[in-house]
Amino acid sequence: MADRAQPLGAGFRLSAGGAATLVAALTFLPLAAVLARAGGIAMLGPADWAAVRFTLLQSTLSAAISLALAVPVARALARRQFRGRGLLITLLGAPFILPVVVAVMGLLAIFGRGGLVNDALAALGLGRVSIYGLGGVVLAHVFFNLPLAVRLLLQGWLAIPAERFRLAAALGFGPAEVARHLERPMLKALAPGIFATIFLLCLTSFATALILGGGPRATTVELAIYQAFRFDFDLGRAAALASLQLALCAATALAAARFAAPSAFGTGLDRPVARWDARTGTLRALDTGLIAMAALFLLAPLAAVALSGLPRLASLPAPVWAAACRSALVAAASTTLTLALALPMALAVARAGRVRILETVGMLPLATSALVTGTGLFLLLRPMASPADLALPVTVAVNAVMALPFALRSLIPAARDLEAGYGRLAQSLGMRGIARLRLLTVPRLRRPLGFAAGLTAALSMGDLGVIALYADADRATLPLELYRLMGAYRMADAAGAAVLLLGLSLAAFWLLDRGGRANAGA
Amino acid sequence: MRTTHLSTLMLAGSLAAAAPAAAAPVLTVYTYDSFVAEWGPGPTVEEAFEADCGCDLQFVATGDGAALLARLLLEGEATEADVVLGLDTSLTARATASGLFAPRPATDAAFALPVDWTDPTFLPYDWGWFAFVYDKTKIDTVPADFEALAASDLTIVIEDPRSSTPGLGLLLWVKKAYGDRAAEIWQGLADNIVTVTPGWSEAYGLFLEGEADMVLSYTTSPAYHLIAEGDDSKAAAPFAEGHYLQVEVAAKLKSSQNGELADRFLTFMTTEAFQSVIPGTNWMYPAVTPAAGLPKGFETLIRPEKSLLLPQAEAASVRDAALAEWQTALSR
Repeated sequence: MADRAQPLGAGFRLSAGGAATLVAALTFLPLAAVLARAGGIAMLGPADWAAVRFTLLQSTLSAAISLALAVPVARALARRQFRGRGLLITLLGAPFILPVVVAVMGLLAIFGRGGLVNDALAALGLGRVSIYGLGGVVLAHVFFNLPLAVRLLLQGWLAIPAERFRLAAALGFGPAEVARHLERPMLKALAPGIFATIFLLCLTSFATALILGGGPRATTVELAIYQAFRFDFDLGRAAALASLQLALCAATALAAARFAAPSAFGTGLDRPVARWDARTGTLRALDTGLIAMAALFLLAPLAAVALSGLPRLASLPAPVWAAACRSALVAAASTTLTLALALPMALAVARAGRVRILETVGMLPLATSALVTGTGLFLLLRPMASPADLALPVTVAVNAVMALPFALRSLIPAARDLEAGYGRLAQSLGMRGIARLRLLTVPRLRRPLGFAAGLTAALSMGDLGVIALYADADRATLPLELYRLMGAYRMADAAGAAVLLLGLSLAAFWLLDRGGRANAGA
Repeated sequence: MRTTHLSTLMLAGSLAAAAPAAAAPVLTVYTYDSFVAEWGPGPTVEEAFEADCGCDLQFVATGDGAALLARLLLEGEATEADVVLGLDTSLTARATASGLFAPRPATDAAFALPVDWTDPTFLPYDWGWFAFVYDKTKIDTVPADFEALAASDLTIVIEDPRSSTPGLGLLLWVKKAYGDRAAEIWQGLADNIVTVTPGWSEAYGLFLEGEADMVLSYTTSPAYHLIAEGDDSKAAAPFAEGHYLQVEVAAKLKSSQNGELADRFLTFMTTEAFQSVIPGTNWMYPAVTPAAGLPKGFETLIRPEKSLLLPQAEAASVRDAALAEWQTALSR
């Protein structure tokens, strides 16, 4: 270990440590501030524990199903090449980056009581099915998170060097052998982290779980926090619930890091990947079917959102356009900040071997309650400046930290491969500092960096986050403006704003993620 | 601090011509988000008040009414707010208990509220009746009360009382109308409820998308569709038990350094300039009917004969038990 630690420059260690400290500070300080204001932590009641149980159940199901479906879809996308593949991959990511209410409306246009599926069932003389309940919650969470799982797995597939597939073909491997020797080791390295990420995302779900859960049975921890804040003004209970969420997060992140086995494929020469193993007609038909089904499931609700909003796009009121500009600036700033935090952290994790602390810290933002973070920051910053003046900087910082877990999920596996494949060579050449970053790190991590940047920009564009606690009329972001339109009966304008948001998020994602769309030849 | 600054500037005012604008006192009004939106009452109100107050009126917006109160409770006496505008009758008991508010100025305004208003602290500026709104083209038989609704196979979408003020209003409505039978009513309604949403926007959106036959909203909701969209298909169902009221109120903060200006603003809120903006922007009834009457279209709305409202102390004391009944009935 000691010789491995050698090439870490002082500046590098400082930036990784600094990034982790900032993340930990933004996670724990607001919680501490709320606790201090509450004057102590409160005990949880039976209703709170029921919320914890429901939250764990729906999160586990959502994560397991998302991952199980993502594996065949990502495999199909990895070994097929077709016209429009890049565009499709970008579009498939859209559910993940939309504001919850917009995505839920799209989902209901397809699966709701008055949705297309039920209309079709009724036309066939069959009974209507209700989406509301645990099934609906899981369906919605799969809809949101399947795209993330597919993208992260696809990266894993694309990271297997072309030479390995070449060798597999030379040895006469069929699909089963390729799966055993190449794909399963890759999945073992990636799947635990992806499962944990989705599990934690679902852990803090609130609006989706309530709307599709059909009532108080579907009470999640985040809703209980909401209730503690607004209904009971019981800050102690809010802090207790938020602490519990964080503890669950830390445990999950540690477990995931423990189960993840490094893939050890070694490096390749970056030849285009050719998949001789996947050339049979059956496999081709299977992959085509899988891609078509995933596309239908993920894109139909988006099409519904787009169709209902497009007619109003041109006539949107001026403040919506101003808010869109503000959102784009916030997204650009958050993306820069996220990359500045994520890259040193990912490289440090890759070099640190068994030390899990950085990786765990990087997952923490997933399990923070937006309401607790927002309120805590409010308590901390208010003595220093007017909250409205801080609205945009605070939003940038919180968005950047909230996107960090996804950026790390994308960067860490690639950084590990980089370290294993090129670390010694770079060290023997005495490559360090900026030169190493410019000649080795950034070019080798181009794909995950592009994906992380695209994802952060899109998430930041669509995130309501903490801005609602701070912003006044002149500082609203696009998602906040969208909610304001909905709150004033202007549902048609809100649908128009949703299309604008969808377009901006996808454009940002598309621009930054180019590197992630390298093709495999089959 | 602010007064020192002000007097310094006034001294300097004779020398620098640009100073007076900056020297105008600032009145800070905390309110909810939708009040300050371009299409809300905020911009017109600000312009009208600033026209002759010689001050700078600044709105600070936070979420909804409950978020507003939560922020004030967090800030306590250190708050920058001079006035808070946008609490409602389900929040006033807690607001009063906080001791943060000062008595309101006396007014001779002729309040057009369905109930007598005597509260010494909170000044009403608009109000509405909660009601279930439906689409006339889709429903034939409209239920006449909660029991008929529960017995029907109509679907409804409601708001969660834990995160939404209309949701809390419905909880108190059922409690006030049925008392000890409230739990039974909720059990009857359980199979009509498609889902419960975090806030009004989501519920109303789901209703417009056709996810439910009816939605918990206000008797004034159909006016928006009629006046702004020329669509007369929406209506509110009159319930025989009577309709629960939501009265939106404003108050002055004890800690305000601009007491007189705050009083002046509260008094201004009962005048024509403020009240005439309310119906077409907030889609509620103005607390004082404007001289020109209500906008054309409001005469088509139902006017419940019986208005229900729990006294604030009682509303606060039955709240937790009513919530427990609601949760139990809907969790079966």
